[in-house]
Amino acid sequence: MEQDRTGQKPLLHVEHLTKEFPVEGGVFNRSRKKSVHAVNDVSFDIYPGETFGLVGESGCGKSTTGRCIMRLTTPTSGKVVFDGKDVSKMNKAELKEMRRNMQFIFQDPYASLNPRMTIGEIVSEPLVIHKVMPDKDERMDYVRSLLDVVGLNPEHINRYPHEFSGGQRQRIGIARAFALRPKLIICDEPVSALDVSIQAQVLNLLSDLQQEYGTAYLFIAHDLSVVQHISDRVAVMYLGNMMEYSDWKTLYAEPYHPYTQSLLSAVPVPDPDLQRNRKRIILKGDPPSPINPPSGCRFHTRCPIAQEICSKEPMPELREVAPGHFCRCHFAAPKPIKESSVEL
Amino acid sequence: MAKKKIFNEKPVGVETPEQARANAPKEGSEVETTAPVRTLWSDAWRRLRRNKLAIISVIWIAIVVLIALTADLWVPAKLGGPTQQLYDARLPMSWEHPFGTDQVGRDVLSRVIYGSRISLAVGVMATAISTVIGLIMGALAAYYGGLWDTIIMRLADIFLAFPYILFVIVMLAVMGSGIQNVFIAIGVLGWPSIARVFRSAILSVKSNDYIDAARSMGASDFRIITRHIFPNSVASIVVYATMNIGGAILTEASLSFLGMGVVPPDPSWGILIEDGQKYLATNPWLMIMPGLAIISTVLAFTLLGDGLRDALDVKMKDA
Repeated sequence: MEQDRTGQKPLLHVEHLTKEFPVEGGVFNRSRKKSVHAVNDVSFDIYPGETFGLVGESGCGKSTTGRCIMRLTTPTSGKVVFDGKDVSKMNKAELKEMRRNMQFIFQDPYASLNPRMTIGEIVSEPLVIHKVMPDKDERMDYVRSLLDVVGLNPEHINRYPHEFSGGQRQRIGIARAFALRPKLIICDEPVSALDVSIQAQVLNLLSDLQQEYGTAYLFIAHDLSVVQHISDRVAVMYLGNMMEYSDWKTLYAEPYHPYTQSLLSAVPVPDPDLQRNRKRIILKGDPPSPINPPSGCRFHTRCPIAQEICSKEPMPELREVAPGHFCRCHFAAPKPIKESSVEL
Repeated sequence: MAKKKIFNEKPVGVETPEQARANAPKEGSEVETTAPVRTLWSDAWRRLRRNKLAIISVIWIAIVVLIALTADLWVPAKLGGPTQQLYDARLPMSWEHPFGTDQVGRDVLSRVIYGSRISLAVGVMATAISTVIGLIMGALAAYYGGLWDTIIMRLADIFLAFPYILFVIVMLAVMGSGIQNVFIAIGVLGWPSIARVFRSAILSVKSNDYIDAARSMGASDFRIITRHIFPNSVASIVVYATMNIGGAILTEASLSFLGMGVVPPDPSWGILIEDGQKYLATNPWLMIMPGLAIISTVLAFTLLGDGLRDALDVKMKDA
């Protein structure tokens, strides 16, 4: 899906986005104010109708990035421009207008639906809030058609969320997100709480809907194979920093960053012979605490190819190593993953 | 048309049993369209009806309330009133006086019936006062957090640290006896526990994703509070308030027994017990009958509260 983006205006433009959470020192050391750098200098663009995948370990700041874009949390610094307007400078009215065009799908389908509301009330809530379709019968007809589109029985409109399974609940969440036909949907790990078989169904539903309505996705996940299914471009995050981003084919075939390389080598391969014989890059230890990030390149403590420069020099800049392929490493070099599961 | 296309392209092979059940039977769904719309409260009522103890409690409370409200219509005033018929003093149970008579010849059944008015009124009014104060305080603490939370919750701790009955007695001693003051004293001192319950209910609801979902849809604070937070946190208050009515009736009885509550000759169940306890050895019904009234009513409120807790819990399946 290589598309020429020259001249096209990005739908979402994120520039140097940073979010820090202050950490209270506790009763006995109030003076030592620290902060968690959840998101550090993250920049990317999302174009209309495309899917941008954001992957990383848990705690690397991918969800926080999504929440900052939605202004569910206010970023510490940086710019989020949606549809030509800066989200972080919006007042209440502008924010409401923006949220008409940007919706959110949550990870946990059990916590994201109000248990006291029927499916009809849940799915029609965005319409009520934005005063689209004031006529109730018309609204309910529309909700029924939405339920049909996401593969639920429209007759279940008066049921409560607890009467549905996890996959069905996630479909309800998807119907709600699509109710206003938004331009961008932030999917925060929409399938990681589901069974693998249901994951595939929901992913297919999401890509069908995207083709139908031309919605752009910011797709957050920790599972590379899930992201690979749906994304046009993929970014890899580590400890709040974006390490590498490129269109998915190049990233999966020729990752430049040692972190991406090790992640990809960990994806299981369906062929048992290949799986047994291929070389895996195994990272040592756990990711360091984001309260006390390592000096220099944040990955150097676990990097298989780290040199002295990696801990001495400040974090390397994100540089273009190939056309449209950005990487944040002093020794960025392509490493083709021949035996990877990606079919090219 | 386009919509249909997607629906058909949906992968079929792997359906969970639930999905298969939900998607497949179109004929079953027709039955549903004719079924009445199920609201939260009708669901709760349906669940409550299955709980025998709760239903017996509801019936008992209804009977007590009905008797209390209509007493003037059919209880002979001279029996329950202050008139003394000393010749009839301390008669045993009989058809004329089913609960016997007290030391000055008044009919105990009539006094228990009139006593129910005062006891129920204290229970309901005191609970109403504590609930209103508790809801406001709990909501302030939970919404605004920070300093508000600290101040209100520490205040609640201070209130709870005093022995409850002693605190009520001190308040009544300052304000003077009388039924309004009993309402106020029991009501005002009951707020901390309700505030705590409501605060924690709001806090746990607030952390849910559906609150974030509503915010990300652009919902106003007012809408989030009224449509999302309140309906999900009010159940615990309904339950707690119901049980609290029984508690307030008990507190009033204790106060009257100690001579601090309702002033005789107004009958409340506590006063009847206090009157009767002097004759426990010779005329035990004087104490036993109002005691039974208290026990049955308080138990009914507690069991009803228990039943409500189960009925209002939406996660109870097989509804």
